[in-house]
Amino acid sequence: MLEVRDLVTQFNTEDGIVTAVNGVSYLLHDGETVGIVGESGCGKSVHALSIMRLIPIPPGEIVAGKIFYQERDLLQATEDEMRQVRGGEIAMIFQDPMTSLNPVMSIGRQITEAIELHLELKGKAAMKRAIEMLELVGIPEPEQRVKSYPHEFSGGMRQRAMIAMALSTEPKILIADEPTTALDVTIQAQIVDLVTRLRETLEMSIVWITHDLGVVAGLVDRVQVMYAGFVVERTSVNEIYADPRHPYTLGLLRSLPRVDKRQTDKRLDPIPGRPPDLLGLPPGCPFVSRCRFAIERCLEENPTLEPITDEHEIACWVDVTTASTHEEGIILES
Amino acid sequence: MKNGRTAIVRVEGIRKHFPIRSGILRKEVGAVKAVDGVSFEIYEGETLGLVGESGCGKSTLGRTILQLHRPTEGVIYFEGHDLSSLSGDEMRRMRARMQIIFQDPYSSLNPRMTVEAIVSEPLIVHGVANDDERRSRVFELLERVGLNPQFANRFPHEFSGGQRQRIGVARALALNPSFIVADEPISALDVSIQAQVVNLLEDLQDNLELTYLFIAHDLSMVRHICDRVAVMYLGKIVEIGPVEEIYSNPKHPYTQALLSAVPVPDPSVEAQRQRVILEGDVPNPANPPVGCNFNTRCPVAFEPCFKEDPELKELLPLHHVSCYYAEKELVGHI
Repeated sequence: MLEVRDLVTQFNTEDGIVTAVNGVSYLLHDGETVGIVGESGCGKSVHALSIMRLIPIPPGEIVAGKIFYQERDLLQATEDEMRQVRGGEIAMIFQDPMTSLNPVMSIGRQITEAIELHLELKGKAAMKRAIEMLELVGIPEPEQRVKSYPHEFSGGMRQRAMIAMALSTEPKILIADEPTTALDVTIQAQIVDLVTRLRETLEMSIVWITHDLGVVAGLVDRVQVMYAGFVVERTSVNEIYADPRHPYTLGLLRSLPRVDKRQTDKRLDPIPGRPPDLLGLPPGCPFVSRCRFAIERCLEENPTLEPITDEHEIACWVDVTTASTHEEGIILES
Repeated sequence: MKNGRTAIVRVEGIRKHFPIRSGILRKEVGAVKAVDGVSFEIYEGETLGLVGESGCGKSTLGRTILQLHRPTEGVIYFEGHDLSSLSGDEMRRMRARMQIIFQDPYSSLNPRMTVEAIVSEPLIVHGVANDDERRSRVFELLERVGLNPQFANRFPHEFSGGQRQRIGVARALALNPSFIVADEPISALDVSIQAQVVNLLEDLQDNLELTYLFIAHDLSMVRHICDRVAVMYLGKIVEIGPVEEIYSNPKHPYTQALLSAVPVPDPSVEAQRQRVILEGDVPNPANPPVGCNFNTRCPVAFEPCFKEDPELKELLPLHHVSCYYAEKELVGHI
């Protein structure tokens, strides 16, 4: 469906060049949902914006890589071709529906804009489709609500409206960038439930970007974990929780308390330190200063993503199942 | 409730209504009932979790307890004193005993002040110690929260989110408080940093005998850190009790929905979970429904729920619920 190959995206800042996405490659299969998990600054959103060619240039630049969609490289497509793909073939929804909706345009007008651009529907027919879409995402009284403005909607309704807009053109791929992060848990559950149902009806492939290892557990087929611009682990959703092999994934899962389990008096087990400054990445593995498994080699060479089984890849020199650990990373920053 | 334990905070019938004004005369046309009749106690040395979705009034309640908002109605006792009866001077002295940690470590620190100035400000305001003593106190506080005292003359922007939150914690500790309201202290932090700050808060509680009101929407973390938990919905506490009791045996339909909506980082558990998906949104707190506040979204609401607001009653040992359905189920009658 979609293939991202060796994508590198950089930003030119006053202090130097920041490599936000550093050689990311993956496949998104037909009808599949892939979760991309990582913390702020790991490159998960920039990678999505790169696929859509929405990176502001300058200061940003897609330095290398290929993005294949239906056998053509989106990075070579003209701006006109991209306009057909964007919103038409590949749609995107964002974290904050308040800032991604136009406050001075009615919800209906914003949805019909996309419909008129990508489908052969105009005027009343487009509006009818917009109303159907609002109904599909569970907005009550869609005939009236289509005339409302974004500020008249609650946060959950705005996110629904954005989903209605994104899906109104029947895209093949939906890229969801932290769509539930700004929402309360009960509303998050509504949205996840909605997307799960629509995925089946509309036969889409989905890329779900999040920092929350909880949300993806019940939603995606495969997970890929990112750290400092690199993919560090990728496998099926079951495997990532049952048998995480990258020290970062392992650390994340261990530091999370769980709502469904009695908590012992034990302290949480956090990952020490903090994410590296992307301006001055060390030559070795970007996680080395926080890693409890690090060995000498990690300081010098950054491991590439390599398969350890048919469906499990990690970027790590160490086998965490047998390696010994030390309390702190080997070179904690001062 | 917890036998033999003294209440450090006692809240009786607190209401906090914010007036809605309209027209050129700014006439009061209504009120947002942010907190609408809340009574509970916080015991010495415990952590009481206050959970609920955005807009439920949990932050307003926390701030009202600290008298950062004057309650519209009701009494707050802190260490036995009725806070509303204190003079300005007495109140100022009392404030040293109760402190707050804010959610956003970016906006809650003055960017033009050094860390030393930020942390020593409460000491200056309360006229504690001379210059030298103050400096050594600041160093001691920074060390206590895990920051290098050598960084005392740096500015907030030179620190990461987690470190800034530590600065906020040091400031809160400056005057040796006995009670701290932690208002979403970890929500703005990256996942891998949250556990670090939670461990810090727990260590400080053990060493300094602190009592916390921990306001949060992360229900997994609340289960880890809290002794008791209070669930708020639309300005009211709907359920309160020991944390394990509430999490394993929630009785209010809202608590049940809230807990079921929290995703679990385990696909095998996720596949089997029965999720209660609530319909719609939280009603407008300026115009709450007649009867129980939750009746517009409640899956089990019946006749009495639409007539009168249920009281918070101890339906199980130490476990208080405000719900006619739970009462009928557990007691047999209303």
